[in-house]
Amino acid sequence: MGVPRPAGEFDTSYARDMATIRQPWQWWLLFAFILALYGLPFYASQSTVSLVNRIAITIIAVQGLNLLTGYTGQISLGQAAFMTTGGYISALLVNQAGWPFLAALPLAALGAGVIGLIFGLPSLRVKGFYLAMATLAAQFIIPWFTRNAFPDVLNGAQGLNVQSPVLFGIVFNTPQKYLFLSLTVLVLSTVVAHNVSRSRLGRAFVALRDHDLAAELLGMNLFKYKLQAFFLAAVYAGLAGALAAHNIRHLNSETFNLNDSVVFLGMLVIGGLGSNLGPIFGAIVVELLIEFATLFGPFFITLFPSTAAGAVQALRPLFFGITLMLFLIFEPRGLAHRWQLLKAAWRLRPFSH
Amino acid sequence: MNWQLLPQFATTGLLAGGTLALTALGLVLIFKSTYIFNFAQGQLLLLGALFTWWFTVEVGLPLWLSIILALLLSALIGFGIERFALRPMTGQPLLSIVLMTLGLSQLLHGLALLFFGGAQRNFPQIFSAANPYKIATPFLRDGTPIIIILKQNLVWSFVVAILGVLVISAFFRYTNAGLAMRGASEDHELAQSIGLRIHRIFGVSWALAGMVATMGGVLLATSSGLDLSLSVVVLAAFPVVLLGGLESIPGAIIGGLLIGLTQGLVSASTVPLVRNMSEIMPYVVLLVVLLIRPEGLFGQKRIERI
Repeated sequence: MGVPRPAGEFDTSYARDMATIRQPWQWWLLFAFILALYGLPFYASQSTVSLVNRIAITIIAVQGLNLLTGYTGQISLGQAAFMTTGGYISALLVNQAGWPFLAALPLAALGAGVIGLIFGLPSLRVKGFYLAMATLAAQFIIPWFTRNAFPDVLNGAQGLNVQSPVLFGIVFNTPQKYLFLSLTVLVLSTVVAHNVSRSRLGRAFVALRDHDLAAELLGMNLFKYKLQAFFLAAVYAGLAGALAAHNIRHLNSETFNLNDSVVFLGMLVIGGLGSNLGPIFGAIVVELLIEFATLFGPFFITLFPSTAAGAVQALRPLFFGITLMLFLIFEPRGLAHRWQLLKAAWRLRPFSH
Repeated sequence: MNWQLLPQFATTGLLAGGTLALTALGLVLIFKSTYIFNFAQGQLLLLGALFTWWFTVEVGLPLWLSIILALLLSALIGFGIERFALRPMTGQPLLSIVLMTLGLSQLLHGLALLFFGGAQRNFPQIFSAANPYKIATPFLRDGTPIIIILKQNLVWSFVVAILGVLVISAFFRYTNAGLAMRGASEDHELAQSIGLRIHRIFGVSWALAGMVATMGGVLLATSSGLDLSLSVVVLAAFPVVLLGGLESIPGAIIGGLLIGLTQGLVSASTVPLVRNMSEIMPYVVLLVVLLIRPEGLFGQKRIERI
């Protein structure tokens, strides 16, 4: 991806040319980083571990959105609705049908993917915010369905209590244990997303985003690729939804709502659209921002004595909105782009250009 | 289908559609001249209603004066939004602009929550809730005509909404500013090249949209009370705009009435599941419209070239 390399560093084989990770020390660094994450329960507090859990699950959802919105350029306001779908499917399979979690999770992802396909159908005719509207429809129709249809199974607006997953005889019922689950899925989903984005499929997505008519004239089947993008995004959302539902252990139609869909899009922009680091940066920054608003909210409120009661909750949308707007104006390519610049500057030191 | 309730629900739905049309009008106003679909319209509507509430209840001004002040204030906010949030986005891809209005909606929601709090408020009653109008219909039940009960606030909101829509249409047709806005909507660069000050036109559009939103907010708040969830109403106005066609003012009216009517008709059903569908009915209509006729009833079909 156009990152300048030091002079004299050449690829001597095709395998090396295609490698994501070029140097042995990068492997070691990555390995150490992932190990440090898995080791969190041994040296970090419970609240930190819960936060990392939440961030990991959010990253998965945003990665899906990145494939659809970042790479394919189709705006989706329905990611949270597909999370709801995945969460309900997994919860029902584990609770009611007594399936093992390991079988319920892929099925939840697949089910959400199929629902995503259905709501991706309007992309045959429309694009831009017309399509955003169609996905917004998903955001209304799916929660409505869980509230009103099959009240004896879905339990209406009350929602479901979800069991903790059991894998190999271990019950994942604390944040510390759950971390292993969410991190493992996150690592796998990152690998898949990265490889989708640099395969034929990913290049087709980018062509479609950059100029859909030109891509169609070159013989690409636009509809097929759009549907594949919708399917992939919804599969990721289904995974994230199922993981989140088993983590919070409760699920109703409002657990993942329109606001979440908007926040996911915001995370994507803040992190960097169409970059595999984007979802990771974005989700971490925004979740930390929200955490910051919750922690320091009471202090900020004392600075403005004239505010209304319960104003602490106002800080989250306020901070998020301002951050998103500033990023759109000053750094529309997001933190991932900043990171690339930083890396390039480091490699080219002491010459800045 | 409960046939005896049908006339009642159909008329109530139509009347509610009037307010929906007014809300949708704000969206059309901005889209028509700037090609921006404003996801923050709901928050503008909420702010307008909150300002009116603040001027009457907290400051103690008469209602008419506070409505005028709120209209001015929201026009100012509209101007400000165009100048500081959307002008830097000129020439950026659609996704960035959509996200800008989404970010704006979060920001405005946060501000409303910060300064007004989330509590339910008593909005001053503009139209009396007592003495609903009763109209006999030609339909008979057990030999006596079915009587439709119309709440005064619904009827007058409808009238004000339709009047507002007519005033805006007249503005577009007969005033220089309105004509300039229509000109700008044809082609931004072309309009600029014949000497229209396009950014001022955008600013005026946003200011107008803010005022329309305030009108809608006041009408809604006076009939259903005022709290932060008022902004959700606009979510039902999105399908209205798409049904009517994004650039079309008559489309907004007809779309609003049609969506209101479908909601009313669905509520008249005897099956509970179908009756509950009235809240998502706009979105079901939306999906059908997008699949069959994406440009809406009166929208322009755009042909793209490479």
